[in-house]
Amino acid sequence: MSTAVYADVNRRDFLFIATGAVATVGAALTAWPFISQMNPDASVLALATIEVDLAPIAEGQEITLKWRGNPVFIRHRTAKEIELAKAVKIEELIDTDARNANVKDGDPATDENRVVGGKEGFLVMMGVCTHLGCVPIGNEGDYGVVEGNAKSGGWFCPCHGSMYDTAGRVRKGPAPENLFVPKYEYLTDTRIRIG
Amino acid sequence: MSGPSNYQPKSAFGKWMHERLPIMELVQGQALDFPTPKNLNYWWTFGGILAVMLVAQLITGIVLAMHYTPHVSMAFDSVEHIMRDVNSGWLLRYLHSNGASMFFIAVYVHIFRGMYYGSYKAPREVLWMIGVLIYLVMMATAFMGYVLPWGQMSFWGAKVITNLFSAIPFVGESVTTWLWGGYSVDNPTLNRFFSLHYLLPFVLAGLVGLHIWALHVPGNGNPTGVNVKGAQDTVPFHPYYTMKDAFAIVAFLILFSAFTFFSPNYLGHAINYLPANPLATPAHIVPEWYYLPFYAILRAIPDKLGGVVAMFGSILILFFLPWLDTSRVRSGTYRPIFKQFFWVFAIVCVALGYLGSKPAEGAYVFWSRILTAYYFIHFIVILPLLGLLESPKPLPPSISDAVLAKKKPLAPAE
Repeated sequence: MSTAVYADVNRRDFLFIATGAVATVGAALTAWPFISQMNPDASVLALATIEVDLAPIAEGQEITLKWRGNPVFIRHRTAKEIELAKAVKIEELIDTDARNANVKDGDPATDENRVVGGKEGFLVMMGVCTHLGCVPIGNEGDYGVVEGNAKSGGWFCPCHGSMYDTAGRVRKGPAPENLFVPKYEYLTDTRIRIG
Repeated sequence: MSGPSNYQPKSAFGKWMHERLPIMELVQGQALDFPTPKNLNYWWTFGGILAVMLVAQLITGIVLAMHYTPHVSMAFDSVEHIMRDVNSGWLLRYLHSNGASMFFIAVYVHIFRGMYYGSYKAPREVLWMIGVLIYLVMMATAFMGYVLPWGQMSFWGAKVITNLFSAIPFVGESVTTWLWGGYSVDNPTLNRFFSLHYLLPFVLAGLVGLHIWALHVPGNGNPTGVNVKGAQDTVPFHPYYTMKDAFAIVAFLILFSAFTFFSPNYLGHAINYLPANPLATPAHIVPEWYYLPFYAILRAIPDKLGGVVAMFGSILILFFLPWLDTSRVRSGTYRPIFKQFFWVFAIVCVALGYLGSKPAEGAYVFWSRILTAYYFIHFIVILPLLGLLESPKPLPPSISDAVLAKKKPLAPAE
């Protein structure tokens, strides 16, 4: 074969590779809408905030709301529950991260960092176990305040046995992280907006 | 793929067709005349039973889809509508839901048959691996189907299983959001599960085609594990095995009917007759019985990622079985020590299923851990070592010799 033939082959190689590259990029671009259509759509994203009045929630009472399809726990904690949560040393925790969207990433999981604006009475967090997403049951588990036969505070997940303390921090079981505190702010002293 | 057929078209139309699409040659070579070892026992009929179950699920599923509504506010009611209003709807739904269980009973027998008789060994590794893939797709299909009635167990099963993917480091959360189409299992999730539940059975049918193709290259194994040595070792598939399979299928359908007509909810959970409530998890959630051993493995590991890895690992390890079993003797019949370990393994799998149905506490967790460890030790330690250490019994010279030896009960002892 002559050199001229080689030159031809090189040019054809270039065309061949270029065509293949265009086809590959084209296929990837075409696949994109088929993959991204599965992500949350505009109507799901639109349900982003809710407002809650905290005044009717009595001390020791807990309410469950639905936000973005998931339960949110709002618990008006008793003084004893707060005291118990504060007595826990950071080293005793499974997850030392506050998991609070309202504080800096990586802040320690102290009781203060689990609430917003120093309002220790109200614990607002997602009622979604960080293991596999079940809804933990309140006033259950080994990490609540025990007075006689009554338990107050603490959560127990019925699915795989994870337990959370009175600040919603995981203390036992397969759950890897503390219950998440969603982004929320106080509009007035007793009114919050979640999201 | 024309096989051993010496198909000659007889009619003028047959000749015309044969020159254009030789499909009759394929049917005759692969389905009718296909040489099949003459010593297959009833454990070999479960392949045919599985084919029947796949078709039964397809037919009942397609008609159920004519009456079902995949929307969170209507799904539960539309299933009750099928049960109460649709002509024979109760029958179609019970056939479909019990059919799923029957499908799994048959596939487990089929898998354990393969394990006992070494059906995964050369040259059938690819056949076995396609089988594992079929099993995985079956599990995905059944899982999504169980979500469709939108009862409490449907919802929470879906939530827990999809949350398994949140254990993936870094991208876990984005993956689950993508799977759900939202921040929780909700209407978009139900919609796509319905779409995929309709699609996957056809993927299964395609994989079954490949499975049979891969089977027909080396041909069937057999209970002795000895290769076919000649025509004297085989019989044509039809009528010998079409009839044997048909008999087994009828017997299996009796079991299927017994469940469907006399205890259609025995294998289900009463709480799934409660509509899904995203704000309250049932006190005791368990998957359908056919997932229980894997559920026990998931819960045995006290770490989220570890549990998920162990659970998927317990299935994925099956892909490597052909290379983990180092013995060159195929059939467990001629491996006295393997045979005992096989039954121990089978009992361990059933026991893990029992533990998976129990709450994750106390002794149940302890035993789940022991048996999970044993499950993996069986594959990673016992099987490789047994092949090297065990001395197998002498193999019969051929299938025919083995068959004839069995037929002479009055022959004097050696």
